[in-house]
Amino acid sequence: MSINFFRNFIKIIFIIPPNEPASTKQMKSIAKTKTGIDGLDEITDGGLPAGRPTLVCGGPGCGKTLLAIEFIVKGATLYNEPGVFMTFEEKAEELTQNVASLGFDLDKLVKNKRLRLDYVQIARTEIDETGEYDLDGLFIRLEHAIDSIGAKRVVLDTIENLFAGLTNQGILRAELRRLFQWLKTKGVTAIITGEKGDGTLTRHGLEEYVSDCVILLDHRIINQVSTRRMRIVKYRGSIHGTNEYPFLIDEEGITVFPVTSLKLDKDVSTKRISTGISALDKMFDGKGFFKGSSILVSGTSGTGKTSIAAHFADATCKRKEKCLFIALEESPKQIIRNMRSIGLDLDRHVQSGLLEFQSFRPGLQGLEMHLASLYKMVRKFKPQSVVVDPITNLVAVGLLREVNAMLLRLIDFMQSEGITLMLTALNSGSTEHIDENVSSLVDAWILVRDLEADGERNRAIYIMKSRGMQHSNEVREFLITSKGLDLIEVYRGPSGVLVGSARKAKMREDIAFAKNNQPKHLNKLAKKSPK
Amino acid sequence: MSREEKKWELRLYVAGNTPKSVTALTNLKKYCETHLKGLYRIEVIDLLTQPQLAEGDQIFAIPTLVRKVPEPIRKIIGDLSNEEKVLVGLDIRPVKQE
Repeated sequence: MSINFFRNFIKIIFIIPPNEPASTKQMKSIAKTKTGIDGLDEITDGGLPAGRPTLVCGGPGCGKTLLAIEFIVKGATLYNEPGVFMTFEEKAEELTQNVASLGFDLDKLVKNKRLRLDYVQIARTEIDETGEYDLDGLFIRLEHAIDSIGAKRVVLDTIENLFAGLTNQGILRAELRRLFQWLKTKGVTAIITGEKGDGTLTRHGLEEYVSDCVILLDHRIINQVSTRRMRIVKYRGSIHGTNEYPFLIDEEGITVFPVTSLKLDKDVSTKRISTGISALDKMFDGKGFFKGSSILVSGTSGTGKTSIAAHFADATCKRKEKCLFIALEESPKQIIRNMRSIGLDLDRHVQSGLLEFQSFRPGLQGLEMHLASLYKMVRKFKPQSVVVDPITNLVAVGLLREVNAMLLRLIDFMQSEGITLMLTALNSGSTEHIDENVSSLVDAWILVRDLEADGERNRAIYIMKSRGMQHSNEVREFLITSKGLDLIEVYRGPSGVLVGSARKAKMREDIAFAKNNQPKHLNKLAKKSPK
Repeated sequence: MSREEKKWELRLYVAGNTPKSVTALTNLKKYCETHLKGLYRIEVIDLLTQPQLAEGDQIFAIPTLVRKVPEPIRKIIGDLSNEEKVLVGLDIRPVKQE
């Protein structure tokens, strides 16, 4: 009471603007109906406009009918909103069979009065027209269907088929306008599908009648790999994502990825985790990577990128955390066998369930599919660390720019989930630039190079960057031994950096020299030699 | 099979007492009386009172005339104002008017 009084008192004096605007603003924004389709509700900022028709258009096979049926099924199963599906294309039985593969049991929904399927057959051969008519029959049918189950959602798929069946376009257009108006007064949230026309959104200009929300679906084949995309062309009275969003149709229906939002507002951890190689930890300020950061390991072929990744995975599992290892080059068995040769037993982690391998050829599916399946795997397995080995193989299925965009989203996703991500990249030939492009996105970049001299190939490792921590600027020699990976300081002699047998020879020489002349330097030298 | 043995079962779907429906029914009766006298049966179905019947005969336009018998099913939509078209559509051989 007294606080209120005080407030009012202050208001009078200082004319404090009332707090209401925020809430009234929310009241004013249009009501929305959740589609229940993964991601679609996010890019539409809450769903389709409630009580209004939405036009979903696109070319053949782009997933219009599927989106519509999922909207109806999700409504009936998740949101207690029964739906009417009026199809002008497929018979009810055909439709039921077609969507059964997605786990939608239409028969059951029909039996439980959650769904009504109505197939409107328009056979031109059976029908003659003479004189005036209207589409009241359709209205009555629809109304009867809506009322019989108390439907809140309606789909008309594809009403444009009427144009093929009827010749009097004037009547048809007037009636369609009336139909969409009528749907609004009926208060049902409707999806109307339309085939994409030449230069128009729909072949018969349905967009003229449905003006509240228009969603365009697209199915493109680029480099023989198909990608589905979705775009909200317009959405009256609501903010919405305007980009093209890739979407996926799999055994669970449609998934849209609104991941290009990239708001840079992630929580970051200051916790540090081991790289799995103690000498490498030392280079990272003695503590290793930041938890939840992304690390790129790049190098030419045969420099031990996979070995570094395997050590990282091993370290994760040793902390009793889960690691997902995406192998795009080798099969899990190959990796396990190969890592055993450097003293790393990954098999026991696989047995204990801490390590999961997912191995597939990049050419298997498009980039969006890869990203999508990655998301699903991560959501299912809930790992603390993820390794992708190597990302450069993805270029096989997409242009460099697209791969970069995908990796950007991948890194972003992992960051938002707080997952430490290690990517390996092969830099040679045509994929030379991929690591450079990705490097601006990652938090740490480790480069492994080979140094060729005196008939030997030796490996050198250095940290190109590591955000937010002191890190070594030195080049180390990188050894792959039967006991694992090790890094040693390179030996700087008068003739430059020495690695491999040149280093050994020089060290032996130096030790011999020190023994004779400077015994106190012996310890220092001994330290530098590999364990 | 001679024409006289045929029975014509016609069904006219309407929605309430609209001018179009009334015109259609008047026209239909006129044509039947002229060309199918005594051989036809007209059933008028008002979808406003029996909406569930619309699905069975695949009705979407109003008025719709359905020729149930003889088979195959034929449909004519509209107010049936064009006699010639109706007769062709229903496959009725017109009786020459003397």
